[in-house]
Amino acid sequence: MQPDWPAEIHRELVAAGVTVVGYVPDAGHKRLIELCQTDRGMRAVVLTTEEEGIGLVAGAWLGGQKSVLLMQSSGVGNLVNVLGMIKVCRFPLVMIITMRGEQGEFNPWQVPMGENTARVLETMSVAVRQAGDAQTVAAHVHTAIGLAYETQGAQAVLIAQRVIGIKSFQEQRNQ
Amino acid sequence: MKLRRREVVKELLEKRGELLVVAGLGSTAWDITAAGDAPLSFPLWGAMGQAAMIGLGIALAQPKRRVLVVTGDGEMLMGLGSLATIGVQQPANLTVVVIDNERYGETGMQRTHTADGVDLAAVATACKFKHAITATADVAPVRELVYRAAGPNFAAVKVADEKLPLVLPPHDGVLLKARFRRALLGDSADVLPEER
Repeated sequence: MQPDWPAEIHRELVAAGVTVVGYVPDAGHKRLIELCQTDRGMRAVVLTTEEEGIGLVAGAWLGGQKSVLLMQSSGVGNLVNVLGMIKVCRFPLVMIITMRGEQGEFNPWQVPMGENTARVLETMSVAVRQAGDAQTVAAHVHTAIGLAYETQGAQAVLIAQRVIGIKSFQEQRNQ
Repeated sequence: MKLRRREVVKELLEKRGELLVVAGLGSTAWDITAAGDAPLSFPLWGAMGQAAMIGLGIALAQPKRRVLVVTGDGEMLMGLGSLATIGVQQPANLTVVVIDNERYGETGMQRTHTADGVDLAAVATACKFKHAITATADVAPVRELVYRAAGPNFAAVKVADEKLPLVLPPHDGVLLKARFRRALLGDSADVLPEER
């Protein structure tokens, strides 16, 4: 029996006092996005591109609020330049990223970014935590939020594609 | 006689009170500094395209404070999607003012899209901003949006394409962040909420 990891992440966000959740939709994040949208203590902000999330996070922290970003691995490629601001200003940043281009991938166009997601993040000084199975996802998110806000740093949790378990376009549409 | 950017920004920031200000990289960061550097100003030195989103983040975190983003036409064009994102969130306390000289001022005064007629205020209107105007002669209506009108508000202010002396704000990002948070949140800005 797989744990209900989206609900566990949501509980971590609530416990940490996260009030702003920026996201670009991903099938793997569908349930977590819905949990955040229906949480009256959270503002779920749909973004046109992941890059906007970096501005959102910076602004929320300037205003005294904690936030997280939800995206899929392809979106990491849209962040590179603006992650420079996170580094020079030492803004706390937590990104929860569902992986594509891994085990079970059906779309070859997802592979180049998926294979380089961790490398791109680390190149821009974002610490990467790999959640390889459903049992460890919430613990990684807990650690990432703690480190981001206690040490003023950038943290990413990568949720492996096998945790999400989508293997075809049809499955994705049925999600 | 075209409006002059430094005079426009100075007029917008006069008696700014509790206004929270974000300025896009380049000329608008120099403009707000020429008007008087202040802790509750966050001038950007990079992250081109993100000024409006930083303003949205502040506006959502501080719904009782008014927030002004002042940025250039080139910077706004790089983040046009953020106008759609702001339109969805409808922050009543946010105004985005584009100081539009129709040029990329820091890189050799190349023409931007607005020089060929791209209408940023029309984009803002299409993105559900409550008010969106283009100002060419008078700054008073823009001040009205910044300080009084329920937002989200947008103004494009057409200005002369002049090259002005640089007036640089502090460039240490940690300093800019920390001073803004202290000025807004008090000493508690330096400790985590659970430690307050």
